[in-house]
Amino acid sequence: MNTPQPPTEPMVVLRDLSVTFTGARKPVQAVSGVSLQVQRGEVVALIGESGSGKSVTLRTLLRLHPERRTRIGGEVRVAGQDLLALSGRQLADYRGKVTSMIFQEPLLALDPVYTVGAQIVESIRRHEGVTAAEAQQRALALFERVRIPSPARRLQAYPHEMSGGMRQRAMIALALACRPQLLLADEPTTALDATVQIQILLLLRELQRDLGLSVIFVTHDIGAAVEVADRIAVMYAGRIVEEGTARDLIRNPRHPYTIALLKSRAHGAMARGTPLETIAGAPPDLSALPPGCAFAERCGLATDACRAQQPPVIEIAPGHRARCLRTNVAAATAPVLVPHL
Amino acid sequence: MQAITDIGGPAQPLLTITGLTKHFPLTKDALGGGSGVVRAVDGVSFEVLKGETLGVVGESGCGKSTTARLMMQLMAPTAGQIVFDGCTVGGRDLPLKEFRRQVQMVFQDSYASLNPRLTIEDSVAFGPQVHGVPQRQAVARARDLLDRVGLAPGRFAERYPHELSGGQRQRVNIARALALQPRMVILDEAVSALDKSVEAQVLNLLTDLKAEFGLTYVFISHDLNVVHYMSDRVMVMYLGQVAEIGPSDALFRQPAHPYTGALLSSMPSMDPDHRTEVAPLAGDPPNPIDPPAGCRFHPRCALAAPVCAQRVPVRTITGPHHVAACLVHEPGSGHPQAVAALAQAA
Repeated sequence: MNTPQPPTEPMVVLRDLSVTFTGARKPVQAVSGVSLQVQRGEVVALIGESGSGKSVTLRTLLRLHPERRTRIGGEVRVAGQDLLALSGRQLADYRGKVTSMIFQEPLLALDPVYTVGAQIVESIRRHEGVTAAEAQQRALALFERVRIPSPARRLQAYPHEMSGGMRQRAMIALALACRPQLLLADEPTTALDATVQIQILLLLRELQRDLGLSVIFVTHDIGAAVEVADRIAVMYAGRIVEEGTARDLIRNPRHPYTIALLKSRAHGAMARGTPLETIAGAPPDLSALPPGCAFAERCGLATDACRAQQPPVIEIAPGHRARCLRTNVAAATAPVLVPHL
Repeated sequence: MQAITDIGGPAQPLLTITGLTKHFPLTKDALGGGSGVVRAVDGVSFEVLKGETLGVVGESGCGKSTTARLMMQLMAPTAGQIVFDGCTVGGRDLPLKEFRRQVQMVFQDSYASLNPRLTIEDSVAFGPQVHGVPQRQAVARARDLLDRVGLAPGRFAERYPHELSGGQRQRVNIARALALQPRMVILDEAVSALDKSVEAQVLNLLTDLKAEFGLTYVFISHDLNVVHYMSDRVMVMYLGQVAEIGPSDALFRQPAHPYTGALLSSMPSMDPDHRTEVAPLAGDPPNPIDPPAGCRFHPRCALAAPVCAQRVPVRTITGPHHVAACLVHEPGSGHPQAVAALAQAA
């Protein structure tokens, strides 16, 4: 199963990943050429708007897309294994054991007819040859670890009997049941209240640090990404348009799309009545992507060269990259962010 | 349809709500036990001033959406009074149909709130026809409004809701709300389902429309940044009650109620060098079926004293146009901080 690997190899290597859905009349190019590495113990956030390909990229790492209607190109390596080469049995071993995932809506992700405890026990026993009693013990320890109050009683609860924040904690416990090395989180706090969101973000950060997990965190909320991520990758129309440390992206954004996204946020320091800066137009149709930069149509800085072909990836500083021809001009338009109290 | 005239002058609040209460009975379980009521909204009083935007914030289950539905008379309150520009709603001076013409609502789910079998032009023209506007005139007005919200009628008027994006559908809902020339629009999480860049477009549109048509907004959202940006005054709700009402800037700069303070510090910091280290509140929002005695916030409050479990706080003035229901601010409440403040003053 887990072949030993040189410790230098990153936890996740995506090389020129493309994902095309062929079910519709026209093929939909959801991801076109994403390259990304995630080191061991590193937290990377993928941010972007609906249709940017962030969730599709994430789901590829568990091979959750319907096989017959999805074309996957490029290379996907997780913990030294070639993910695209795994067959049915190997894939089942991989899911949950090497990589697991938490979803936005735990009520849909958990099985409504089994208690939460039974689902965790099942997952542990599927992957490890332990007795039911041992698995039960581990489930209890997990519930304590994610700080669910009265854990022994809650293990007997059905998902609908728990509150939203509690369910999300239970799903995190389930995801960590088989001690995975890579945790994928798909908008895990979007459906939660701000007061609960910050609790879950802090819990994820603590677990990640204590267990040395690699985490890929998908969100549309830059604020949530800044709270947990070491690095942030911004996606637009199926490509990573900018990538860097959280600090790089917040303080020194260089891609016009990242800049526009930061500027369109309403924040407390602005005067009422000052119009928000918006991004004109709408994201492109993924079944008819333009030959050049997909953002050019909405970009105030775009030139003919931008529209002619895919702009190359420019290295701005070590580890800070942007896929744009106009990063120098864009830098001057970056917002000065005022963090709120 | 005639233009609506202002009745009480600019100083009279457009909407005055007193003691608004909504209890939902719980259905008995199979064994006949477990009956009770959900106190979704419990004695809420506030005013909406003419021409302002009143923001409403709070966690899920705090009663903000129920309050909106009660204001719109989409459900009957258990108790309480709603007065619109001096007239009791549903009374002789202001029949329900006339009230609904003056107050319109935009919901969070842009798709569920449109009829899938009507073109968007027909959806926008539907309301005025119910109120007696001839069809041709209603359609002409619908096309004007669609144009005004940024949907060129030539391209969009004949489309059905499923042929539009979420942001475009929400523009249709806004146009439809305006078709009856209302004076007040209740926006219940109207931008919450939209992507940030689209949200900014819709917020700008709402600001422009407010100025153009002289509207009053009640803006309900869980996004505190957006509420701060949009609102003149903000009302904070907790477990079916009002915790604090105050001018937006004062409330965000110096929250009077400990709950407001906790809510504000739950916002992500947006600063990679100073991330949030401790969650300001533990646990989930409690259940409005069996709210705690005394101050409903006391089990989660950092400033709670024994008196908070016994005494129900009343609204106390904490600044200009700024009130909070907290024993810390209530002179003579017996809360150690109130006692100390009194001693210092003396």
